[in-house]
Amino acid sequence: MSTTSTTLTPLAPTAPHTAEPAPRFTDLLAAEWIKLRSLRSTYWVLALASLAAIVVNLNAVHSDLPYLDHPSPPPPGFPPYRYDPLFHGLSSMSSDLMAIAAGSLGAITVFGEYTTGLVRTTFAAVPDRRAVVTAKVALIGGITALAGLVVSFGSFLATNAMLASRHVGLSIADDGCLRAVLGFAAIVPTCALIGMALGAVLRHATASIVSLVVLMFILPLMFGGDRYRWLKEIGTHLPLSTVTRLTINPDSSTTMGKYAPTVLDSWITMGVWAAVSVAVTVVVVRRRDV
Amino acid sequence: MAGGRNPRGQCAGPQLWPAARRPGGAATGSVVPVIEIERLTKRYGATTAVDQLTFTVRPGAVTGFLGPNGAGKSTTLRMILGLDTPTGGSVTVAGVPFASRPRGLRHVGALLDAGDVHGGRSARAHLRALARSNRIPAGRVEEVLEEVGLGRAAGRRIGGYSLGMRQRLGIAGALLGDPPVLLFDEPLNGLDPEGVLWVRGLFRRLAAEGRTVFVSSHMMAEMEHTADRLVVIGRGRLIADEGLAEFSARNATTSVTVRTPELPLLAEALRTEGADVQLHEPQSAIVTGLTAERIGELALRHGVVLGELTTRTSSLETAFMSLTADSVEYPATEHPAGEPR
Repeated sequence: MSTTSTTLTPLAPTAPHTAEPAPRFTDLLAAEWIKLRSLRSTYWVLALASLAAIVVNLNAVHSDLPYLDHPSPPPPGFPPYRYDPLFHGLSSMSSDLMAIAAGSLGAITVFGEYTTGLVRTTFAAVPDRRAVVTAKVALIGGITALAGLVVSFGSFLATNAMLASRHVGLSIADDGCLRAVLGFAAIVPTCALIGMALGAVLRHATASIVSLVVLMFILPLMFGGDRYRWLKEIGTHLPLSTVTRLTINPDSSTTMGKYAPTVLDSWITMGVWAAVSVAVTVVVVRRRDV
Repeated sequence: MAGGRNPRGQCAGPQLWPAARRPGGAATGSVVPVIEIERLTKRYGATTAVDQLTFTVRPGAVTGFLGPNGAGKSTTLRMILGLDTPTGGSVTVAGVPFASRPRGLRHVGALLDAGDVHGGRSARAHLRALARSNRIPAGRVEEVLEEVGLGRAAGRRIGGYSLGMRQRLGIAGALLGDPPVLLFDEPLNGLDPEGVLWVRGLFRRLAAEGRTVFVSSHMMAEMEHTADRLVVIGRGRLIADEGLAEFSARNATTSVTVRTPELPLLAEALRTEGADVQLHEPQSAIVTGLTAERIGELALRHGVVLGELTTRTSSLETAFMSLTADSVEYPATEHPAGEPR
């Protein structure tokens, strides 16, 4: 490699301090945006998951169409079958997919700084750690919220357009529909923030992702059943239980069984998960040596 | 630096101390220290990495920060940057703790570890993000990339870089904010000889511009041709803090190797003159405290035939090693070849 003989242009070697512009939060947001954009793997995770989630929902409803057109007669003594476009069009499979993608993205952006050592370069450049973490939270939260809204509204509008000609489609103004669409979107940034908190606490790639999966998919299996109320209550306050509750069509027979949470309860639970995650991320990153 | 302008021509500002960059770093009375470390201590459980360290680093000079592996150099540098919180004591840069500054690049440029980057990004993206966070124009990124010789490789992933290229990238990052204080932790690792020369020239120039340049190394030889002053630590404690010239005057000893068939006779005569004589072969000894000339005279007077009379000046490396010998954290065990186990 050849060394150039260019001299370092002295911006102001005599008085560098006076030349310093006032710190702006938007600069940190922009810097985090450059960091996110310059790592293909991270945004591809979110883009592909979003696309897959929409396809899953469209395909689910599309493959239901023949049964809607040629319904089989209900068993004797049962009421005629009623199709629930919310259950099929905002499926739990697509929600899980978005949850794990957003959670991983959030975790990667935090533990990635630690595992590579980049965090030292970052904090040497910006000693105000709280501002750095806040910018990261705002950017990742914002981008995953956008992805959640696109998948949520896209799935709802497209699937119900497909169902309109069968006269079972819903409108966003129908009871519980706006709530379902917003809840389905809101869990995505919530999971991203939870991922960031796990990444900040564990600072290890595998540990972060494994604990994310345990929290989202394994714990709900352990805290279920209607036998013990306290067990069930823990289960209904896990992150992904909130979206289950919020996407239930009030005009259907779907329930969460005994001790089901109220809609308000689930909104609050989701908000608490998000807020606690942000607080943990900020506090842990500020306190620890890097 | 090959070619280019004479950097000293640019430093005519009132805040600069071109005269302060004197080899040996003699008394620079009016110069206010920029980095001030006071009884700095860092413990990890039962281990004390940095122990009551007190020293200052002055502007306008390259200060070498020396110590064996595990001496606490990197920990000290991290505490200067506020990355690690001290267990006790204090450290300030330009009068304030660095961590209290909202943005850092215009105050201190640092290369701690060339690996402190994300291998998936290009050098340009890495530097652009850093520059943007400190509101430094993107054009400055291209300037520092050219400065360190990474102009053509800037679009490639850092993951594919050699260690030397990563060191250059780290130096580019340190230069981004045109800071008055620069910290480098083992910056010469992985650089080719041409790169080492370039880095030395760069450090000299930065110091000549009146900046504070603080460079850590575990190799005395690296600092011998670069530093004006030395701060030597071992096991987290201060061993020496002085100018390079004073350090070498105090620590580099001159000895004379003498070979003669009549060694006992000559040794006796030399000891009488106050010399220290250490036999290391049946007919050869190492003498300190007398010049070769004087030893020759004494040999003549006693009628002793000399087979060899050689003056040896121990290098600064030897001086450094003997100085830190007691504080080597991970000493290697010597197993002489052929020794039965």
